[in-house]
Amino acid sequence: MANYEIQDLVEWDNRIRAKAEEFGLTWFPQEFEICDHVGMLGYMAYSGMPSHYPHWSYGKSYEKLKTLYDYGVSGLPYEMVIASNPAIAYLMRDNSLLLQILTIAHVYGHNDFFKNNFTFKSNRAELTIERFKAHALRVRRYMEDPSIGIEKVERILDGAHALNFQCRRNLAIRKLDRGEQIERAVEAAQPRTDPFSRLHARPEYHPPETNKVPLEPDEDVLLFIRDHNPFLQEWEKDLLTIVDEETKYFLPMMETKIMNEGWASYWHKKIVESLELEQGLHLEFIVRHNQVLRPSPGQINPYHLGFKIWEDIYRRHTEPTPEEIKKYGAPTKNGTEKIFEAREVERDSSFLRRYLTEELMREMDMFQYEARGDELVIDKVSDQAGWKTVKETLIKNVGAGSIPVIKVEDADFGHNRTLYLKHYHDGRDLQLEYAEKTISYVYRLWGRECVLETSLQGKRSLLCFNDRGFSVRALK
Amino acid sequence: MTSETIFREYRISDAERSDRSAGDRLRHREKVRESIRENIADIIAEESIIGKNKDRIIKVPLRGIKEYRFIYGDNAPGVGEGDGNSQPGQVVGKAGKDGQGQGDGKAGDRPGVDYYETDVTLDELIEIMFEDLELPNLERRALREIPTDRFAKRKGYRHVGIRIRLDKRRTARQRVKRVLATRHNQTVQGYGSPKDAEGNERRFPFHQDDLRYKHLETDVREESNAAVVCIMDTSGSMDTMKKYLARSFFFLLYQFISTRYRNVEIVFVAHHTEASEVTEDEFFHKGEAGGTFISSGYQKALDIIAERYHPSLWNLYAFHCSDGDNFDSDNPAALRAAKELSEICNLFGYGEIKPLGSRYYESSMLNVFRRLDAPNFQAVLIERKEDIWPSFKAFLSKDRVKE
Repeated sequence: MANYEIQDLVEWDNRIRAKAEEFGLTWFPQEFEICDHVGMLGYMAYSGMPSHYPHWSYGKSYEKLKTLYDYGVSGLPYEMVIASNPAIAYLMRDNSLLLQILTIAHVYGHNDFFKNNFTFKSNRAELTIERFKAHALRVRRYMEDPSIGIEKVERILDGAHALNFQCRRNLAIRKLDRGEQIERAVEAAQPRTDPFSRLHARPEYHPPETNKVPLEPDEDVLLFIRDHNPFLQEWEKDLLTIVDEETKYFLPMMETKIMNEGWASYWHKKIVESLELEQGLHLEFIVRHNQVLRPSPGQINPYHLGFKIWEDIYRRHTEPTPEEIKKYGAPTKNGTEKIFEAREVERDSSFLRRYLTEELMREMDMFQYEARGDELVIDKVSDQAGWKTVKETLIKNVGAGSIPVIKVEDADFGHNRTLYLKHYHDGRDLQLEYAEKTISYVYRLWGRECVLETSLQGKRSLLCFNDRGFSVRALK
Repeated sequence: MTSETIFREYRISDAERSDRSAGDRLRHREKVRESIRENIADIIAEESIIGKNKDRIIKVPLRGIKEYRFIYGDNAPGVGEGDGNSQPGQVVGKAGKDGQGQGDGKAGDRPGVDYYETDVTLDELIEIMFEDLELPNLERRALREIPTDRFAKRKGYRHVGIRIRLDKRRTARQRVKRVLATRHNQTVQGYGSPKDAEGNERRFPFHQDDLRYKHLETDVREESNAAVVCIMDTSGSMDTMKKYLARSFFFLLYQFISTRYRNVEIVFVAHHTEASEVTEDEFFHKGEAGGTFISSGYQKALDIIAERYHPSLWNLYAFHCSDGDNFDSDNPAALRAAKELSEICNLFGYGEIKPLGSRYYESSMLNVFRRLDAPNFQAVLIERKEDIWPSFKAFLSKDRVKE
């Protein structure tokens, strides 16, 4: 049971903040809320949001979490943080004092990350809570509206949830509007200036196709449907907007999971170690810290991986070995500068690409596995020959990399208002059953035939969904 | 540079407020039920449930409550950490399970994780099945209801009654009340004392007014009877598959009628060129050879009804399954008998069982029965097991209100 008073936490928090400030972390104002396990399960089901629109999938997720928790299959996290300004974190009431200290330190690490990492910049952290509240209000209003009702709202939400991650991945890159795209197309169609124009025949001018919709493949599938299906009602469009906005809140978290958890773990270790805890607490800290950071064999523990890389960056820029200097050159920045820079400008994929070294991979014994029959079998390990492939696979699988890239190519395919989607195949096939069901959701939202070009076992194929149902056609 | 951190203490009220998932959980459960209902056609067509005990538990795989999205399939490799001596070729897990460490939550993992199966009893299943039938016409008919059940319901207490219904507890309580009231009187007014001259407790016998009797009200329930007449063609052309389809249909019919009437009797009539009443076992398992006179089956059914189930006392449901391979010469007689059956039955149906493909080269009774225009007659075509449920629904929609 709890061996602390709230006053203790306040005092520890003061000490932790003093340390964090000393180390150079900056953060949004922080709020902590103490909750019990029921509350925590509730927050988990709703991604931590104090208010969130209702949908049955959250009920399902709650039941699942609760079952797993009740049967002791999985525990609960020590904390949960919302990337908002002020940042809100939930602490489990039943945790020991040491766990609360560790968690508070950890939370400041996250908070610093949210505030400074570039992927979160598009988030408008000061509006997060209000935005979620407004979404909940609007969705409830539609559900209560007698002319709409829960069934219809769910119909749209189910569809939107299925597609919500089919959106742009890098929110820091501004999306060009149609005018700008046309401009760009026109510019690209201009013949290049030829220094020998007098000698050469005049290059033929091909006017760019500017009537196509979309002009350039569009990754924001939901928004595209919202803007180009003229039969959607205002409330339906609004639901699509809501789901898209929520996704864009979660995307940065997904994209920086390894960095973020590693960063928070790196700092909780530094901070707690500098607090000069009494021996009992310190021993407990070592145990807990190692529990969080232990590698999970056969998988990747983002806490562990992230933590290792941050430590490695720091070390390589503070006291590089002669071999490292030979291989990577002498560091131009000191360790602290370097890690603060990386936490600002990287995301998981770039972070791993840049900072996960061959040596580190070997130390962590990373391997690549694939399915053979019923079993997952190791096919490459991080040796001389294989580490690059393993690394590439890892990078492909982190963050939004685990979601297939699908773009809208044409909204009027065959002059039939058929929606033509294309899967940008990178060696990984789509799971067909899921693709079939998901494309039925696209059809639901688009209202007319939808086709998805993909590649199945090396053959280009077209998955179609129309009023007659699902079919697969081979493409030449 | 930073503002003060806020700590919000744990409050019970917060914990209560945090049960906001209640609504969504309820909705999810509704979805589960809905999903069973949607797949009911598949589930009931499974051979295993037909004719089984009502308390049997059935595992029902659920579709429709998975949250689908575009995900990668099996040929997407993953990366893991090892214990320091991983070698190519080592097995690290089972495919199809949650083998990927990375995908983490948000973006829908691999399939298989999200697999649902739920346990229901056959009884529940039948309840769900008939929930969506929405057939108000199938309520019991007043005229055909006969008082089958009288049972008594307790209702309050009375001062008079027969000895057997004496409520001893209440009677004793009444007496105690009287004792107390009398004592009070005695102390206030100084009359005597509860003890007599020898110091013994004075007797305080029960009085007529103390007695309390349970009162029972007799409740006459209008109960209703129904008879299901299953008629099946058992001629040589009815093979196992056809019989199985027929059996599924009869099973549904019987289950359904059972939910609507208290007293249901079922009659099995098998016919080829002649008809006879048979037991359930014979009905489904005994094959016979020979030709087909459908009229014989109908005539037998009419005879049985005339003998045992008078239409004014019984709700009658008759259903006939055949492959439609009737002798042409019998068609007029069959039509006549069918007309008669539909006059006395609440519902009379004909199911033509033609497993896919056989439909084009065999004769059909559907054309013959097209001439029969009774509002409560329904002819359906069953080609495969998926057709059973829709045909069944179509059949019931014809139920006619009899005055």
